[in-house]
Amino acid sequence: MSSDGGVQTDAVNSSSGGGDGFTEVDNVIIRFAGDSGDGMQVTGAMFSDNSAFVGHDISTLPDFPAEIRAPAGTLPGVSSFQLNFSSFDIHTPGDQPDVLVALNPAALKVNLRDLKPGGVLILNQDAFKDMDMKKAGYTEDPREDGSLSGYQVFDLPITSVCLAAVENTDLTKKQAMLTKNMFTLGIVCWLFDRPLDLIEKRIEKVFSGRKAALADPNKLALNAGFNFADTIEAFASRYTVGKVDLPPGEYRRMTGNEATAMGFVAASIAIGRPLFYASYPITPASDILHELSKLRHFGVKTAQAEDEIAAAGMAIGAAYGGALGLTGTSGPGVALKSEAIGLAVVAELPMVIANVQRGGPSTGLPTKTEQADLLQAITGRNGECPAIVVAPATPGDCFNMAVEAFRLAVTYMTPVFFLSDGYLANGSEPWLIPDINKIEKTDIPMPSGENGYIPPYSRDPKTQARPWIVPGTAGLEHQIGGLEKENITGKVSYDAENHELMTKLRVSKVDGAVQSIPDLEVHGDEEGDLLVLGWGGTLGAIRHAVDNARAKGYSVSCTHLRYLNPFPGNTAEVLGKFKQVLVPELNLGQLRMLLRAKYLVDIEGLNKVQGQPFKTVEIENKIYEMLEQTVRKVAG
Amino acid sequence: MSEVAEYTRKDFAAEQEVRWCPGCGDYSILAQVQRVMPEICAETNQTKENIVFISGIGCSSRFPYYMNTFGFHTIHGRAPTIASGLKLSRPELQVWVVTGDGDALSIGGNHLIHALRRNVDLKILLFNNRIYGLTKGQYSPTSEVGKKTKSSPLGSLERPLNPLHVAIASEATFIARAIATEGTQMRDVLLQAAKHKGSAIIEIFQNCNVFNDAAFDAFAAKKNQTEHTVFLRHGEPVKFGKDNEKGICIRSEHGALEPYVVNVADVDQSSILVHDEQSPNAALAYLLAQMDMPEFPVPLGVFRNIKRPSYDELLDQQVVTAIKDRGAGDLNEHMRSAETWTVS
Repeated sequence: MSSDGGVQTDAVNSSSGGGDGFTEVDNVIIRFAGDSGDGMQVTGAMFSDNSAFVGHDISTLPDFPAEIRAPAGTLPGVSSFQLNFSSFDIHTPGDQPDVLVALNPAALKVNLRDLKPGGVLILNQDAFKDMDMKKAGYTEDPREDGSLSGYQVFDLPITSVCLAAVENTDLTKKQAMLTKNMFTLGIVCWLFDRPLDLIEKRIEKVFSGRKAALADPNKLALNAGFNFADTIEAFASRYTVGKVDLPPGEYRRMTGNEATAMGFVAASIAIGRPLFYASYPITPASDILHELSKLRHFGVKTAQAEDEIAAAGMAIGAAYGGALGLTGTSGPGVALKSEAIGLAVVAELPMVIANVQRGGPSTGLPTKTEQADLLQAITGRNGECPAIVVAPATPGDCFNMAVEAFRLAVTYMTPVFFLSDGYLANGSEPWLIPDINKIEKTDIPMPSGENGYIPPYSRDPKTQARPWIVPGTAGLEHQIGGLEKENITGKVSYDAENHELMTKLRVSKVDGAVQSIPDLEVHGDEEGDLLVLGWGGTLGAIRHAVDNARAKGYSVSCTHLRYLNPFPGNTAEVLGKFKQVLVPELNLGQLRMLLRAKYLVDIEGLNKVQGQPFKTVEIENKIYEMLEQTVRKVAG
Repeated sequence: MSEVAEYTRKDFAAEQEVRWCPGCGDYSILAQVQRVMPEICAETNQTKENIVFISGIGCSSRFPYYMNTFGFHTIHGRAPTIASGLKLSRPELQVWVVTGDGDALSIGGNHLIHALRRNVDLKILLFNNRIYGLTKGQYSPTSEVGKKTKSSPLGSLERPLNPLHVAIASEATFIARAIATEGTQMRDVLLQAAKHKGSAIIEIFQNCNVFNDAAFDAFAAKKNQTEHTVFLRHGEPVKFGKDNEKGICIRSEHGALEPYVVNVADVDQSSILVHDEQSPNAALAYLLAQMDMPEFPVPLGVFRNIKRPSYDELLDQQVVTAIKDRGAGDLNEHMRSAETWTVS
């Protein structure tokens, strides 16, 4: 990041000591870190909104512990929020922060290794008592042992000045302590020349109703932080970032889970069927349940089921009745739903399973991201049990792919997986708000019995889908179930030939969906030395890495799969135009295995399972390694 | 619905050949359900196409194939979940669940209790034969202690569950029991369940003549019924025997209420227990549900029948209220509910 003028470069060399000079930079990566009780997520979200609002492109990465409140001041209790804001089109939250705000020693210890050399480090002096440092595992004060010498350290008395600022309010000591995140935000706003009025409005919104008494003290703390930074003359320089050139239109900041929920509502409008969502709370998918539960006035019905299996069952029941049956979960939940999904495959009912993937196996890393449930989605059921699989590529793209998931489910009368991940779910980006009236309608006829009996497993000649005959349709009463069905009639059948026919039919129906999914698009040249092929939330890092490599003259392009079963029709053709193919994935090579098996193409993998998204540099280095090897091979 | 067609029993019989073992108790349950359905449709103002039978796995769960209604034979233990999803999204349908002792109380125990406590308007028929039939004879969660089966050759070590106790603890609003072979009683209970708004569960004692034959004969055989069963009627004294000469009284022993059998002639008539299926207190239903052979007659009929709003009704109301309060949802507006900015 900041290859052409990052925060640290200028600041290190400046010794003016004044706060008057502004340095213009292209982008800044800032990470707010503190104890999970310090309000870092709120602070980060507010600064992100503000950054987008003043005209920057943004990408965000929250990172928080699985425990609600790990013991205060300890390493497991550290929560952080990273924001990349820039004057150009960005795709990732950035590899290394230019600015790290660490509100306690534990936050420093966990995050320091990521801070860019020479970067700005803002510390809370008041949190560095012996006890605090001991809790973080420091035997010596890191501020004095030379370990911070490579950074611009601003060791500020954040707690004490903040407490003094809110002294004359009605806050209790505990409430007063909690305003220090706004004080810190005030400092950061000064550093990046942000007007406070928008953030004040946001504070009023957050602290409304019963919490209204907290709004003014928090505004007081925000202003105090801003004025403090202005007064102390500690910072060498302030920074400004230009506005990004985005396509015209109305924007908002969008997280993946919010986009997912809205996308499913959009699907319901596009298809003209009510949305029914059943889910059992699970990290990181619960926000979809929260979002949809607010939308009764859209006719959206939600149910918090007794377990994951029940949630899948309810979605199937709703689909059987003609609604858009949806269930959402993460990997462990999908494991429990598998049998029910198999039922929907045999009953040929259109359900959607949203899996917000997290680190596995088992309980794994609930709050961290991973892409290791791809094979589970494609093959993780008993029997030959195909399912269509789609995956959004960015937080905002969750909206589009949610619409796509249901379009395919009702068109082909079969379950569809929507594979999001923790990174997309909680990450955010500026999102061009679409016009809902322009979303393409999917018209699925609802058969009536007026023109005679329609067998429940008769076939649409184009899609091979069976008709969606729902209870309440006079004259078309029939029975379905998980026992093998005779084609056309839908009667129970143990016939050997029929079973093979039906097994193949279910697969060919899913394979046939290729006719209604878009082709792969290549970013960069249509052919060349290397194709980087990704799926899901890795799009940003891949795109950025490929752009960097192309700028250096390398023959590399990238493409991104949003449809993973079936693959787009031109996949083989695209793969065939490159000498080498690289598939970066946050798993041990699941997509690579599928592509190799299907297209017999040798593919290299870049695999990472650390609960964190790819850094651009990791992909970029792999690109150079592969292309330089080729050069050497050719030369040697 | 303004017009309700008049149906006959034949309208509800599917063409599918019935494939239970000859002599299975399921045949008589099927016959009674088909027979009472026209009356249920008339009394509940319902059309045949709006009736749905949903089952899990087990012998009983083949039931939907034999009904000429919409039917869904689902997966083991999960029928209440699929039925709940259907009923919540299509409240106008009349949804029946057919399940067995293994399906409902073992693999599907969790779903049963939650469907009942939510008071989803489902009619659950629990065929209890106290054995696993479809898997060819293992003990079930309602089999008696010491039961010798293929999986318990030395005798089962497990205490059985009483389905009615489970239903009471799960806050079911309609709880009843019937014997498969007693058509009149069963049709009466089925009709009452259909008319009840909310979760209704009926335990039906059903003989498995292949793997657990004569399991209920001690009270359910014709010759034993008068002496060893008592049919509960709301507002009436609980009496049984050939001439209703015996009755149930309640006394307090060691701080606990307990029933005892009396000769009606020997006691003050007012001391005989009067059945109250509508009691808001579940204690009476629980007391009755505990009565068992050989000390007591086995109670049949409706144990509990109380009014509470059903989940599907309440969910629908939330939708209606939300639309009234906030107007019908507008996604264009909703997408702008966060801070927005315009790039020109």
